[in-house]
Amino acid sequence: MSLRDWFEKRRNKQMNADLVESKISGDDLSKLWGKCFNCNTSIPQKELNQSMLVCPKCDYHFRISARTRIEQLFDENSFNEINKNILPCNPLDFVDTMCYKDRQQDACKKSNLNEAVVTGIGNISGWEAAAAVMDFAYMGGSMGSVVGEKVTRLIEEGIRRKIPIIAITSSGGARMQESCLSLMQMAKTSCAVARANEEKILYITVLTEPTFGGVTASFGTLGDIIIAEQGARIGFAGRRVIEQTIRQKLPPDFQTAEYLLKYGQVDMVSHRKELKETLEKIIRIHSQAKTFIPNELNKRISKA
Amino acid sequence: MNSLLTPLEFEKSIYQIEDKIEELKNLSADSGINLDDQIKILTEQATEYKKQLYSHLSPSQKLLIARHPKRPSFLDYVSLITTDWTEFHGDRAGTDDKAIIGGIAQIEGKSVMLIGTQKGKTTKENIEYNFGMPQPEGYRKALRLFYHADRFNLPIITMIDTPGAYPGIKAEQTGQGIAIAVNLREMAKLEVPIISIILGEGCSGGALGIAVSNRVYMLEHSYYTVISPEGCASILWRSADMASTAADAMKITAEDLLKLGVIDGIIKEPLGGAHYDWDLIASELKNTVIETLNEMSNMSGEHLKKDRYDKFRRMGVFVE
Ligand SMILES: [Zn+2]
Repeated sequence: MSLRDWFEKRRNKQMNADLVESKISGDDLSKLWGKCFNCNTSIPQKELNQSMLVCPKCDYHFRISARTRIEQLFDENSFNEINKNILPCNPLDFVDTMCYKDRQQDACKKSNLNEAVVTGIGNISGWEAAAAVMDFAYMGGSMGSVVGEKVTRLIEEGIRRKIPIIAITSSGGARMQESCLSLMQMAKTSCAVARANEEKILYITVLTEPTFGGVTASFGTLGDIIIAEQGARIGFAGRRVIEQTIRQKLPPDFQTAEYLLKYGQVDMVSHRKELKETLEKIIRIHSQAKTFIPNELNKRISKA
Repeated sequence: MNSLLTPLEFEKSIYQIEDKIEELKNLSADSGINLDDQIKILTEQATEYKKQLYSHLSPSQKLLIARHPKRPSFLDYVSLITTDWTEFHGDRAGTDDKAIIGGIAQIEGKSVMLIGTQKGKTTKENIEYNFGMPQPEGYRKALRLFYHADRFNLPIITMIDTPGAYPGIKAEQTGQGIAIAVNLREMAKLEVPIISIILGEGCSGGALGIAVSNRVYMLEHSYYTVISPEGCASILWRSADMASTAADAMKITAEDLLKLGVIDGIIKEPLGGAHYDWDLIASELKNTVIETLNEMSNMSGEHLKKDRYDKFRRMGVFVE
C-alpha cells in the first residue's frame, strides 16, 4: 500500500467515523467494548481508557470529551471550573430545519454540557494554568456568544492571575445560528489574546480533531506556541468547499496535523500520551526564564 | 433610471413604467398633443413606487444589489473621495495579493491609510483581483500597512467587499486561518483610529480580517454575515436552493445588524442602490468618514485601543 493510499483509506474511515462519532463519543464509559474507527479492532473499554482513548493497535486518536481531556491533563481534583452558568439564548429567533433552542437542548443531552466549552483554573504537574477546553459533542464545538464570552473571560482571568493560558480546540467553526454575533466572537476573543500578549502572559493552543473555520481564524491559532494533536484535521475552509472551488482532488493528507507541521503552521505535533508532559515542559521553561531588569528600573539606574 | 443598467428581476416593473413614460413623452413630441399632466402624475407615482420598493427589500433582494457588477468598488471610492492616492504593494515575503489593495492618500487634507478588498467589473478584472477573495498573503500585506499606519499616525480606513477569504490548497498551506486571526489580534493593538465600511459583501472571517475597528458602517444594501447564505443553506438545510430562507434567518442586513449592535451606523444609498449614482454615494461615504475622523481626533492611542476593546467585548447575547 502506498503512503497515498494509506492516507486515503484512513481519511475515508475518519469520515465514516464522523457519522458514527456524532452519535457516540469515544469515552462512553457505560460500554464494555469500544471499536476503533480506523482499524476496526474491538478493544475493551477499560483498556481504551487506560490508553487515553488512543487505539492500542493503530494509534488512532478517538475524539474525546472536554471532561475526559481535563482529567487527562490536569492534576487530580485540581481543576476548578469557572463561568459554568453562562447559557445560550436565541437572539435571532433562528429556525432552520429545527429551532435553535431545540438544538441547544439536544446538544445538552448529547454532551452533558450546557455549552461547547469548559473553562477553569487547574494545575498541570503542579503548574497553575487557565484553560478553555472545547467539546465537539455540543453542536460540533461551534462558537457562538457563550463560547466567545467564556473564552474571553478565561483569558482575562489568566491575565489577572498572571498564569499561563491554554486553549484546547475542537470545533467546526462559528455557530451559524447566531450569524454575525458568532463572527464578532472571533474579534472579541482575539482582542483578549492581544491583551495577554501585551501583558506577556504565555498563551498555548492545542488544536485537536477537528478545528476549522472561525476557531482556526481566531483564538485557536493565536497561541504563542501552537500544538496539534496527532492525526487531527485542522484548517480554515472545509475540504468540500475547497474541492468545489478548485475542482480538483486534494492531497490525501491535506489539513492533517502532520501536513500543517510540514508547512510550518504549527510548532509541533503531539501524541495524546505526551501532551501533558509537553505542556508542563513548555510552561516550566517559560516560568523559569530569568527575569531581566524592567525597562523603567533600567532607565533610573542609568540616570543615577 | 440609468438605461445602461440591466434591471434586476424585482426592478422589471419599474423599468416597464419608465418605458411607458418615455413612450408618452415621445408620443407627445411626435404628435404635438400636450401630455405634460399625465406624464407628471405618472412620474410622481413611479417615484413613490420606487421609494416604497427599495425601502422594503427582502434580504435576498438586497443580496442582488450588494453583488451588482456595476456597484462601485473600493478603488472607485478611492478615486472619488481622495487626493494623491499612492498605492503600496506586497507582503515582503514573495507575494502581492491584488484582492487586498492598500495605500495612503488624503481626504479633505487629512492624511490616511486606506485598505480594501477589491472586486472587478469585468471577467478580466475579476481574475486579476481573484473576485475579491484574499489569500493569506493579502491579509499579511494589510497587516504590514496597519503597522505602518500605526507608526506614522495615519488613521486607517478599510473598505470591505468580499465573498470571503479564498478557499484553496495554497491558502491552507500558507495559513489562511492564522493570517486572519493575527490581523484580528494585531488590529486590537493599534493606536490610531480605525474606520471600516462594508461596501457590498461582508462575508465571514475574510471580511472581519480587516474590520476590527473603532467604528463599523454598512452601506444601506450591503450585507455582513458569518457565512454566505448559500453556504449556510447547504449546511443547515442541506440545499443551496434554500439560500433566500437562510438570508432571512441570518439577519444579514444593515438594519438588523445595527439593532444587534454589530455595526455603528448605516450609510444611505441612492434610490435603487449605489450603482445608480456613484457621486452621491461617494459623498455620503466621505461625509461619514470625515465626521467620524473628527469625532475621534482628540482620542489618545490608549483611549482608541480601549474604545475598540470595549466595543467588541460587549458583543454577544447570553444569560447568566
Ligand atoms: Zn485502531
